[in-house]
Amino acid sequence: MPLPEGFSKKVLEINPAQEADRICSRMRELVARSFRRRGFVVAVSGGIDSSVTLGLAAKAVGPERVLALLMPETHSAPETLDLSRLVADRFRVAHQYENISPLLEAVGFYDRYAAAVRRVIPGYERDWKSKIVLPSLLDRGGFRFFSVVAQRPDGSRVEARLPLEAYLEIVAATNFKQRARKMLEYYHADRLNYAVAGTPNRLEYDQGFFVKLGDGAADVKPIAHLYKTQVYQMADHLDVPEQIRSRAPTTDTYSLPQGQDEFYFSLPFDQMDLCLYGKNNGIDSATVARAIGLTPEQVDRVYEDIDTKRNGTRYLHLPPMLVAEVNEIG
Amino acid sequence: MEEIKLKVKNFVVGNFLFGNADGLDDDTSFLEAGILDSTGVMEVVAFLEQQFGVRVDDDELTPENLDSISSIGAFVSRKLQA
Repeated sequence: MPLPEGFSKKVLEINPAQEADRICSRMRELVARSFRRRGFVVAVSGGIDSSVTLGLAAKAVGPERVLALLMPETHSAPETLDLSRLVADRFRVAHQYENISPLLEAVGFYDRYAAAVRRVIPGYERDWKSKIVLPSLLDRGGFRFFSVVAQRPDGSRVEARLPLEAYLEIVAATNFKQRARKMLEYYHADRLNYAVAGTPNRLEYDQGFFVKLGDGAADVKPIAHLYKTQVYQMADHLDVPEQIRSRAPTTDTYSLPQGQDEFYFSLPFDQMDLCLYGKNNGIDSATVARAIGLTPEQVDRVYEDIDTKRNGTRYLHLPPMLVAEVNEIG
Repeated sequence: MEEIKLKVKNFVVGNFLFGNADGLDDDTSFLEAGILDSTGVMEVVAFLEQQFGVRVDDDELTPENLDSISSIGAFVSRKLQA
């Protein structure tokens, strides 16, 4: 690839106006011709991805044909609701509030989650806060196991590595959140004869940072081809409120604040974007390392981690498989 | 070490390959052959800790120790002798 000399974050610059037109044109075509629906439902979290998706949906079919769904729960950061309302108002889109806590309580999420954490932290109760974290990929190679970090009501913290069963139970329980939200998105989409616009960016779509049949489900994913850096460029263009553009990305899944880079991605998104771009375009690790201030060995580890995650992501993207073709359906 | 390797092989074949050991020998890389993913590695570690009574520390979670039947055999032998 002939650009290593000039390799920098500039490679991710897009023309957001042109790109927005292209995306919106495709969204209109899909909703009218493929889905035969009349508008879009977008779940908004107060984060950058859902805000941009909402803005694109409003631009594509008109704000009067879009519904923003606000679906916080007990563990959500307190500011998510205000930020979600702010962006819905900015794009003049109607919004509906759905507190999913009673739904999660009914399926036993909060108790199941606490019981899973108690496998490694005896004494953990529902009034504690917690999150799961991965050790940094930059410090050492090898396999990385998740740990759970729990905070007692008095503020003191304890951390424990997660064995298999506890890890799977915690993830299975938290997946209720994304699936409960998706169920409500499709309820409103069916009620209004709308389609569901999903909100993953390219990092999430490529690396499997979504829940199968949860936030991974949608009729269209308008920004799945955009690197996170490009989502921010689009946010500037669409005039997403500054409070949202300047907010650090979070998972909005666990009760303790959790950055996406400590839970899933190896690096902050701007560095991760350049690593993914570099890997996708055959740029050697030394060149990428120079551009983002890491060592080539560290970038090699990120490249390996990208492959590892892609392997795990294939299952998440698979549609239900048939044993024999049903030719009439295709 | 042969006994350890046999137990590990039986676990891998039974748990990950549903009884079909074609293409698996003692030096096959689990990761390169697509036999294990990150969750599979956790399963292997849980098996080793339960079966052999060893504790696998964070800095021991490496492909050098865990990526083949041979490497696991050598790793567990070292742990048991320590």
